Amino acid sequence: MRTLIRPAVLRTRRGRTVYWAVLALVLLLFTVAFVIPLYWMGTGAVKSAPEVAQNPPTYVPREWQLGNFAEAWQELDLTRYFLNTLLLVGGAWLFQLAVQIPAAYALSKLRPRYGNLVLGLMLVTLMMPVTALLVPVYLTVVDVPLLGLNLIDTPAAVWLPAGANAFNIYILKNFFDRVPDELLDAARMDGAGPVTTMVRVVLPLSRPIIAVVSILSIVTAWKDFIWPLVVLPDPAKQPISVFLQRVAPDIPLNILIAGLVLASAPLIALFLVFQRQILSGLTAGSLKG
Amino acid sequence: MTVTTGTSVTSRPAAAPGGPYRPAEQLRARRRRRLGEHATAYGFLCAALAVFALFSWYPIVRNVLLAFQDVNFATGNSWVGLENFRRLADDPLVGTAWKNSALFTLYALLLGYAVPFAAAVVVNEFRHARAYFRILVYLPVMLPPVVVALMWNWFYDPGPGLINELLRTVHLPTSSWVDSADTSLVSLVIVATWANMGTTTLIYLAALQTIPGELYEAAELDGANLWQRIRHVTIPQTRFVLLILLLLQVVATMQVFTEPFVMTGGGPEDSTVTVMLLIYRYAFVYNDFGTASALSLLLLLVLALFSAAYLRLTRTRET
Repeated sequence: MRTLIRPAVLRTRRGRTVYWAVLALVLLLFTVAFVIPLYWMGTGAVKSAPEVAQNPPTYVPREWQLGNFAEAWQELDLTRYFLNTLLLVGGAWLFQLAVQIPAAYALSKLRPRYGNLVLGLMLVTLMMPVTALLVPVYLTVVDVPLLGLNLIDTPAAVWLPAGANAFNIYILKNFFDRVPDELLDAARMDGAGPVTTMVRVVLPLSRPIIAVVSILSIVTAWKDFIWPLVVLPDPAKQPISVFLQRVAPDIPLNILIAGLVLASAPLIALFLVFQRQILSGLTAGSLKG
Repeated sequence: MTVTTGTSVTSRPAAAPGGPYRPAEQLRARRRRRLGEHATAYGFLCAALAVFALFSWYPIVRNVLLAFQDVNFATGNSWVGLENFRRLADDPLVGTAWKNSALFTLYALLLGYAVPFAAAVVVNEFRHARAYFRILVYLPVMLPPVVVALMWNWFYDPGPGLINELLRTVHLPTSSWVDSADTSLVSLVIVATWANMGTTTLIYLAALQTIPGELYEAAELDGANLWQRIRHVTIPQTRFVLLILLLLQVVATMQVFTEPFVMTGGGPEDSTVTVMLLIYRYAFVYNDFGTASALSLLLLLVLALFSAAYLRLTRTRET
């Protein structure tokens, strides 16, 4: 495709030289900016305590202490904090799917009266992010209206508010809109009710968008900090990021860095496996069509 | 013998067998069926309506009420009028927090706006290594913000830190980064930009790919040089995305919390106390939820201005 630079220019000798020079320069800049910090973290995790604190620092670890990871896992009791994180993230993910898929299906295919108003009210909340509503949502979680429950220090305090995600409903609805109504009519002729139609016809066709929404939910829940910090004051219940932030000043630097590497490894692995879905979900959703 | 053809003789629905044709009854039945369909649809929606009501809509309304209340878990809330706002006006930190948040947003726009756009424009010209760039720039977005913050605290360390060491290697002046009130806020902006620029860069890249190549050809025929083509084709063609991301970034960066909370705790000399950090302190350190709500309300009003502009913009684009 034609871009800023004319393809013919790139075929000249001068054009080619400039192209490769700029490419090399940008490659270098990007690598310094994005690979070196990650490299630094990875190698810092395997340095010895005196080496990681030494000035000037070493670029290649003098001695590779791979045992730091095992030591961090043991000393920081990471089994517990990873299980906590998995419980919070997995629950938030499943709860979101259970709430958002039927909602998007109803708005897209069952089209109830005032459906557009409901969607509009949901979309408005996109601009009132949870962070800015920290205090009233916290007070709601402390004493859930009508139910009179106190959810502090329970996983539900993280799961339930995660369900109110208008962005997911919006991209699910947009995808469902493109499933032809004839398919649904055919299912109805065969005697399928709305639940069967959703589960048997719409969901199998929507696997790609469900994957995108799932990954978005998982990544968002894993990255969240301020909310679990506030609603899970019991240290034994906290996810790994809240825990690491709390203990950071009190543990040896190389053990902390090993902990940081371990805390980011699952998301990095998820990204490398699902990068196509993640990157396409990013551009599909953010531009609104 | 009867011959059935595709076209029916009459357009009215066939009467029930054995009974007379009664339109009113049929109409009522249809209306009942339609009502049943609405009920089914709301059955599918009820869980979503419940969580939105509890955790979005009600808190938005409640925030306004709480701003004028004294919150007391033991004896219940009481109305205090403008008392919370008066307390905010008396706290010198409030002005500092607004100034810091505004400056953070401004720096984040200058840096987080120009750098990803330039990166996207350049990378879009490459025929090689594009997947590499795309993965690289997005990797930090995948890191938990707490990890990023703790990691950069170590990078900024004036002693064994990576950043000063890199600067020394290329003979540039070093800095005390988060340890000095003069540079702490900018240091946090650098971290936030590093961590989040992947998202904006990739959105710009996607937008650049929708620009029709003929526009560049036409501009070239008119004798436009490289800069003029960027100025008169690239920028106008991506204007909508540029504007949307401007508003989204303002809304996001005005609420910055994790970086100052984890990296500096608001210091040194209150140079990184942001509005969100102060809201957190009022609520969870001083246990003064009323005043925290009053400050939240002010923040929400500011964000609402930008949000309204955003909604208006996307609405006009869709119709």
